[in-house]
Amino acid sequence: MLPELSRQEILRYSRHLLIPEVGLEGQRKLKASSVLVIGTGGLGSPVALYLAAAGIGRIGLVDYDVVDFSNLQRQVIHGTSGIGELKVESARRRMLDLNPDIQVEVYNEPFTSANAMQIAESYDLIIDGTDNFPTRYLTNDLCVLTGKPNVYGSIYRFDGQVSVFDARRGPCYRCLFPEPPPPGLVPSCAEGGVLGVLPGTIGTLQATEAIKVLLGIGEPLIGRLLLYNALDMSFEFVKLRKNPNCKVCGPNPEVTELIDYEAFCGVPGHDHDSGAVGGGWDITATELAERLRRGNHLRLLDVREPHELQISRIEGATLIPLGQLASRLSELDSAEEMVVFCKAGTRSARALELLLSAGFRKVKNLQGGINAWAMEVDPSQPIY
Amino acid sequence: MPTLRIPAPLRSYTNGQSEVTVNGQTVEEALQDLLKKYPTLKPHLYNSNGGLRPFVNLFLGENNIKDLQGLGTPLKEEDRLLLIPSIAGGSEA
Repeated sequence: MLPELSRQEILRYSRHLLIPEVGLEGQRKLKASSVLVIGTGGLGSPVALYLAAAGIGRIGLVDYDVVDFSNLQRQVIHGTSGIGELKVESARRRMLDLNPDIQVEVYNEPFTSANAMQIAESYDLIIDGTDNFPTRYLTNDLCVLTGKPNVYGSIYRFDGQVSVFDARRGPCYRCLFPEPPPPGLVPSCAEGGVLGVLPGTIGTLQATEAIKVLLGIGEPLIGRLLLYNALDMSFEFVKLRKNPNCKVCGPNPEVTELIDYEAFCGVPGHDHDSGAVGGGWDITATELAERLRRGNHLRLLDVREPHELQISRIEGATLIPLGQLASRLSELDSAEEMVVFCKAGTRSARALELLLSAGFRKVKNLQGGINAWAMEVDPSQPIY
Repeated sequence: MPTLRIPAPLRSYTNGQSEVTVNGQTVEEALQDLLKKYPTLKPHLYNSNGGLRPFVNLFLGENNIKDLQGLGTPLKEEDRLLLIPSIAGGSEA
């Protein structure tokens, strides 16, 4: 039995009720539906707002972060007044303001193999709005193992991908990407950047697909992957097929329960990067400033992109973007002491690995990058 | 000559180029030509034993080359290959 709509709900959803594909029965279906949104960041923001507005009866939100000033360029569910607040609480407040007739359940915790089954159990559909590989593989495997549709979206700079992975009717995420790339091979949004409106486009498409799947209308992106590029304004589709050797949705699966996804991906899914490499290879900004003050001869190697010099710089540094480092090693002298830095320490950690493997030994990683330098040593430089 | 679409995360290895013209009768030859032009791309596409990395997906038109003839898939002059990256991004990272 589908729930009835109140007179107020009939008015609220009147523009839906006018569409034959939705209608009164469709709106009652949405009211009876439940969706779990993993992540309340760039993608989760439009997803949660539109699902709330559309009258999905019960929406769950999983996130463990707090709202940060640098989130607001794209995470439109949060506001300046919510800085420092738990993201799930900030999002719930906004959703209930938009639509008090729905239920919003919040899980202020990392989504892990230990809690995922229990959290997801009572939801009809899962939306993958995460930002890291371990949680993406966890979400995929969970959906395959429990037979739930997984509405996938991911973004990078101007590029986005959307698909609906429903292993009962088509391929899963692992059919396309059996394994994650090794850590460090693919830059994150924090390092690579993202156009703020891009997650708006991709998240809105995810919300569209979720509503179609819940209503059973149209042609959801099952077995198709949408590739969007904002600069070209291009939408391209490719066909995805079920991989007969898929380790989770194939006929002879190896993965029959949730595994340790951080170990599988070789990266932490939840802890924020400290910008350090460990093993005695780090130097703090304060130590570096002290050594420079003492007149130690040090080569400073900036592995950021040229356009980042317009934001902040350390005087006297040599710029070699990480992508060019391997082919420009001859410009560096391994006998010279060197400190490598980037924005926050992730790219420089990769540069350090590359330098070590090329035989450099007198190298250090500036822990926390130029942002740490701006915070500890040179407050005239902005943090970004 | 066939063209190959380079995804954004890999463009720092192709001098920012998003579409690269490649020479070759097959997908494999086209990739070899690509790596001749941009050698630093190699570790992103191939693993140490010379095989394509499992997360590297190449599509010819709308079909995955795995569903065609793999690396031996023949290419025509006007063909366009799409390299589809594994991207994790959502909000923070």
